[in-house]
Amino acid sequence: MATSIRILNGTVRGKLYWRRTLEGYLFISPWLIGFAVFTAGALLGSFGISLTEWSIIGDRYWVGAGNYVKLVQDQFFWKSLKVTFLYLLNVPMNLVLGLLLALLLNQKILGLGVFRTVFFLPSVTAGVAVSLLWLWIFNPRFGVINVLLAKIGIQGPMWLGSETWAMPALIIMSVWGVGGSMLIYLAALQGIPTALYEAATIDGASHLRKFVYITIPMISPVLLLNLIIGVIGSFQVFTQAFIMTSGGPNYATLFYVLYLYQHAFQWYNMGYASALAWILFIVILVCTFLILKMSRDWVYYED
Amino acid sequence: MTVQGATAHHAVPERNWGPILHKVFVYTCLVVGTVVIMIPFFWMITTSLKKSGTEFTFPIEWLPNPPRWKNYVDGWTVLPFNRWAVNSVRISALAIAGSVISSAIVGFGFGRIRFPGRDALFLLVLATMMLPFPSVIVPLFLLFKRIGWIDTILPLTVPTFFGANAFFIFLLRQFFRTLPLDLDDAARVDGCNTFHVFLRICLPLIRPALGIIFVFSFMHNWNDFLGPLIFLSHTTKYTLALGLRYFQSQYRVEWALMMAVSLIILTPNIVLFFLAQKYYIQGIVVSGVKG
Repeated sequence: MATSIRILNGTVRGKLYWRRTLEGYLFISPWLIGFAVFTAGALLGSFGISLTEWSIIGDRYWVGAGNYVKLVQDQFFWKSLKVTFLYLLNVPMNLVLGLLLALLLNQKILGLGVFRTVFFLPSVTAGVAVSLLWLWIFNPRFGVINVLLAKIGIQGPMWLGSETWAMPALIIMSVWGVGGSMLIYLAALQGIPTALYEAATIDGASHLRKFVYITIPMISPVLLLNLIIGVIGSFQVFTQAFIMTSGGPNYATLFYVLYLYQHAFQWYNMGYASALAWILFIVILVCTFLILKMSRDWVYYED
Repeated sequence: MTVQGATAHHAVPERNWGPILHKVFVYTCLVVGTVVIMIPFFWMITTSLKKSGTEFTFPIEWLPNPPRWKNYVDGWTVLPFNRWAVNSVRISALAIAGSVISSAIVGFGFGRIRFPGRDALFLLVLATMMLPFPSVIVPLFLLFKRIGWIDTILPLTVPTFFGANAFFIFLLRQFFRTLPLDLDDAARVDGCNTFHVFLRICLPLIRPALGIIFVFSFMHNWNDFLGPLIFLSHTTKYTLALGLRYFQSQYRVEWALMMAVSLIILTPNIVLFFLAQKYYIQGIVVSGVKG
């Protein structure tokens, strides 16, 4: 019996199996090539370069772990790491605000489509144009925020010109784009079976209890997704810092990727920049791993 | 006793204010939120219509009178934005084509063909979604420099033909998997080979998903800054994003003109959003809920 099955399997393998395998690899070959060159190759290359001192025009010198040793002693490396972690504060703000907006919109209200469009609109804009817009919005004297604050008798801060307020300003700017996560929540909320709420109502559950025991568990996978998207995105902030603050004032917005860019393309320290790049890669990897690991305690999966 | 009972009986049933207060609260929040969200857009438009110099005068002119529509022409022509627009369109068009074609082919391979090693490789695709682009810019720059691609559109377009965006592959794979398997078998019985099944049977059925890739890919490439900043150096090769940065460095205080040009550059984003709103929303929903 067992033998015959093996033979049967063997014959199936003989033709269809190999044909499928060949076709499968043919279809994914563009990605395989791209991955080998632009991802795996680049990462390995980056590691190799990080073990050298190389200013593009000159010779390459093997320095071993030298760049990594230098990095640990580099106060700007630590500063940029601190700045980037501080910016992570935007993630919980976006998580909470996005959920609140989604809850408001997940009801029978007039003009739902209009509100949804309005809140999502900032998320379709990006890049240099938006950074310039916010640079002008935060202008200490003539920007719209401080002009409006002055109307109610508050003298607004210097925003991007202030070591204290530059980071809050960039976080406010990121919260403007809360519509993206709102939309993800909204989809998740609409996917919760109403029967769950009905049953809870019959059992006499309060709104709060329904929210804590039904809504939160049911949308927890999406919470996790928004959390990871937010964290990975925050580690890669570049355009805002480059256009709006150049890392200042007094390095208050020296984001990690900006510092990496400066080493690579302003001072041409290719080796040192590559070491920075590898640390970034590892930091993101570790953070994502930790989030995923901890998520087992609070994320609910139906199946 | 009797009196009490009578009053209770005749009393007008008290109106339940709870739901109404709730509605008032919800609408107040939404309207306030709308105003706050729209202020930056309003500020951008109103600034773009001011006479140069009046950006810095009090009282603030909320509705510039007369509005200077000429700012849009002046800002656009003071630097070669036409040329930069052509560059941006070329890069975006090619990158969109590359993304749609490669993610469809690869997504089909992962979603509808069973072969050894598939699941492990697909995990690798998912893992690359976490890989930060900045962590490979140095080797990519050196690679493209060595093969003479710097200052050409190749570094910004060629990788898209090789499945550079793992998220797109993931998205299309999910869509391909939703199609019934009988479809392929029926087509094969009719004599279709795998490539025909892909091109003639499955691809037309996931057209909405291709729309999602189109809009996301446009968004990404049209607004990309770091990539062009690294791979393009001569001003004639600039994209609009780089051009706008150049504008900023040349005319630091010309906010009216800068806002006018910024608005022109953002217009395709906004127009495309309104034209293809369903794709945007579907794309976000699919990535969020099925992911």
